[in-house]
Amino acid sequence: MLYSMDDMFNILPTVIVVAWATALILVEAFLPKKYKFITIWLTVLGLVVALVAAINQHGIEAEAFNGMLVVDGFSSFLNILILGSGILAVALAVGYNKRFGFDRGEYYIMMMFSIAGTMLMSSAADLIVIFLALELMSIPLYIMAAFYRGNVNSEEAGMKYFLLGAFAGGFILYGIGFVYGATGATGLSQVVTAINGGVDSPTFLLVGAALILIGLGFKVAAVPFHMWTPDVYEGSPTPATAYMAVGAKVGGFAALIRIFVVAFPTLSTDLVPILWGLVALTLVVGNLVAIAQKNIKRMLAYSSISHAGFILMAFLPYGDAAVFKSSVAAALFYLLAFAITSFGSWGVVIALEKSEGKGLLLEDYAGLGRKYPALGVAMLIFMLSFTGIPPTIGFAGKFLLFKAVMEGGYYGLAILGVLTSLFSAYYYLRLVIIMFMKSGEPNIVSDRWVTLVTASSAVATVVLFMVSTPLFAWAEQAVLKLF
Amino acid sequence: METEVIVFLILAFVAIGSAIGMIINKNAVYSALFLILNFATVAIFYLMLGAPFIAMAQVTVYAGAIMVLFLFVIMLLGAEQLKKADKGEWQKPVAILFVVVLIVEAVYLIFGGGGDLLPMINEVSEVGDPISLATKLFKEYFLPFQVTAVLLLAAMVGAIVITKQDKKS
Amino acid sequence: MNETLAFILEWVIKGAVLIAILLTGFAYTTYFERRFLARIQIRVGPNRAGPFGLLQPVADGIKLIFKEEVEPAEAYRFAFLLAPVMTMVPAVVIMAVIPWGDKVVMFGREIALAVTDLNVGVLYLLSIASISVYGIVLAGWSSNNKYAMMGGIRSTAQMISYELALGLSFVPPILLAGSLSMSEIIQGQQSSAWYIVYAPLAAIVCFIALLAEVNRAPFDMVEAEQELVAGYVTEYSGMKFALFFMGEYIKMAAVSAIFATMFLGGFDGPGVDTYAWLGPIYLFLKIFGLLGLMIWIRATLPRLRYDRLMAFGWKVLIPIALLNVFITAALIVGLGI
Repeated sequence: MLYSMDDMFNILPTVIVVAWATALILVEAFLPKKYKFITIWLTVLGLVVALVAAINQHGIEAEAFNGMLVVDGFSSFLNILILGSGILAVALAVGYNKRFGFDRGEYYIMMMFSIAGTMLMSSAADLIVIFLALELMSIPLYIMAAFYRGNVNSEEAGMKYFLLGAFAGGFILYGIGFVYGATGATGLSQVVTAINGGVDSPTFLLVGAALILIGLGFKVAAVPFHMWTPDVYEGSPTPATAYMAVGAKVGGFAALIRIFVVAFPTLSTDLVPILWGLVALTLVVGNLVAIAQKNIKRMLAYSSISHAGFILMAFLPYGDAAVFKSSVAAALFYLLAFAITSFGSWGVVIALEKSEGKGLLLEDYAGLGRKYPALGVAMLIFMLSFTGIPPTIGFAGKFLLFKAVMEGGYYGLAILGVLTSLFSAYYYLRLVIIMFMKSGEPNIVSDRWVTLVTASSAVATVVLFMVSTPLFAWAEQAVLKLF
Repeated sequence: METEVIVFLILAFVAIGSAIGMIINKNAVYSALFLILNFATVAIFYLMLGAPFIAMAQVTVYAGAIMVLFLFVIMLLGAEQLKKADKGEWQKPVAILFVVVLIVEAVYLIFGGGGDLLPMINEVSEVGDPISLATKLFKEYFLPFQVTAVLLLAAMVGAIVITKQDKKS
Repeated sequence: MNETLAFILEWVIKGAVLIAILLTGFAYTTYFERRFLARIQIRVGPNRAGPFGLLQPVADGIKLIFKEEVEPAEAYRFAFLLAPVMTMVPAVVIMAVIPWGDKVVMFGREIALAVTDLNVGVLYLLSIASISVYGIVLAGWSSNNKYAMMGGIRSTAQMISYELALGLSFVPPILLAGSLSMSEIIQGQQSSAWYIVYAPLAAIVCFIALLAEVNRAPFDMVEAEQELVAGYVTEYSGMKFALFFMGEYIKMAAVSAIFATMFLGGFDGPGVDTYAWLGPIYLFLKIFGLLGLMIWIRATLPRLRYDRLMAFGWKVLIPIALLNVFITAALIVGLGI
């Protein structure tokens, strides 16, 4: 036997999520309609149990399943992040799904499967597993995007996401094929060994790495693979958008960092110029196009594209053995900051959204700050955090990020990052001005879970800024297991 | 050795021809038929490489199951005939340009650039017969196998969820 | 070199013999069906051409050859011509992996009585079965006729649905024999007992699914004359029609052979160890018996309604087959069969 109970124990959080989701399918199928809400509570319970298991696993470093999975600080950091995000996403979805009449328990089950996929991605150390985990993460996302049945936009979003996602999956698979052809292995550790031993056809290896980069670039919505993002974010049910904005990014970056840092550090001289261009394009396009948006969901979509650019920035010095640890830590920290801020801001969007896509324009936010000061202040905090202005965690994230990039010697990119942050201030703060300076009569839908998410995210955005030093130290411990 | 090369060349010709036929055919049903031919040819490639299990799975799953469903959808939608696209004509020259660029790039890479592309791995492993394949799947590749199972379950449940009608209306 | 030549010759001869048997056998299967049905329905059946009407198939063949071939003006011509071929070819080649007997010594050579013995024989059966759907789907579509289309779609949906149950019902024999090769499955049955004893449930599911696979009564949606004229063959005439007809009857013989091999020991029978030439005779008798059973079923059971048919396939057969796989696997592990 090449697998044992130890393997199962090492990936206990993932096993819990998968088993729980599978059991929930049956529970949901046999629950009478009156008790359907139990599914939601069970979902949260499952995520909490898995979260406890994940926290319990902190500090363990191990391999499982014949080296196909790796449990290390990196994976446990991301597991905790994605499980926490999952709980927030459930809280956002409960009221919304009921309000728009598609409160089916399968939504939460799909989300659990997606979370399991993301968790697998964060610890996968074999290209085959990475691909399968990516699909396990993505397919439920397509379904969640199309979950609002009968709504043309939602169906369009699901279809678009599915077609383009499948296309991107093809790129990754093709890339894996090339890497396998060049090295004769799919396990990252064997790939490294093969590369260090010298491969016969480095061009194939490079082509493979580039194709994988394209496919994962699609998942994290980096320019020029971002075209799907605004349409999908706009069309999907807002809680699904909130989840996919974070979930897909976590998974995509997990795989990207793991594959490139572990397996392809030697290719960095060839890949860094490409990455440089990718980052610059993402930053510029994301932030400039966001200015032109009138719909808050589209604006946040472009904002999430630009944040993908910032995270990718930390990825640039990945081949530099001296710097990559702090830059990976900076990327993880930024992901955390983005996740918290993003969930909070989507919570505000959910609170204002009405049926038939009403309440989503920027003008609909006029007067929010006067009528509902608490909500206005929360949104203000999120916008500040997105821009990167203290005292918010977004500032800490950007600060650490630029620091890591400068250590890597990419001064030009750091300057570009600061400049585009300034651009972004225009559209983030424009929303703040609309909220507080313009008069209007917005109506919010009261939903205690959404309120809870928004309030706690707002508090966390500020408080975590205060403790950003120990937090970053935690992220720095989240090192990758190298081979 | 010689016969193998001849068979390979014939099959390669059929495979590429059917792929091109699939793309340029205006009738979607004929395109699907060309794709089936292509899958069948690929299955024979697998046979030649000593992997009968994969060859048969290729025919059963792709040529058999998936393409039948494709044909079904095409026929039920009545989408056989490609309508003349009323917009997007500008894409054609652009697409041709990109294709030419890609071909030049590929040719340069293969012949001019590295010149390092030819030696791919040459190990013929014993994955062909069902028993060794099963042993690999259930031992070495146990995890991917299980993940695939979960993936298919999620996809199946999801597909049913987004297509099933609510009973009440 | 000589050895290779002999080998190729052996293959060609075996293949040719098989096809010849199937093509003549098809003709007399129709005769058998008509006479047997007539007997069940207390009629006489065809008895004019030759003694006992034995030349009736020949007369039918001559009639079909001389019939005018009609081709609908709006048909998709290429697919219309391709469809009968795509029905016929899988029906003939599916028999290639069925062994007719053990090895016999002929002309100083040891000859295995099977066209070929693949180590993935069962998968070969399934893949050819899945390919054989195309003839029907194409015939239905290319005729450009709504009845043909409906018939084609119905029978295709039926075939791909029952294919799942069929594949699952093959699993218990595979598990029991520990191999995907047809000859090893037969060996397994020779050394223990016919698998219909070990896996009766799988045998029942398999037989039902095979009936559906060849569109025989009570699953003959294609021939639901009252609603669909003649289904996908509506627009076909002459030899093209005859090809569909041939395909159907050859498939009947082929699935009987498959069932006999998987569950009834194939060519196994008393004395086959000493006299290898008894093998083909036993197999023929089994096929004959199963064909008789099929015709009997046709004479007895009414046609299923279409939605019932699909529900039966998906909601009854597949769960049963799946459960049976688990039970068999558990028994094999638990009892060490």
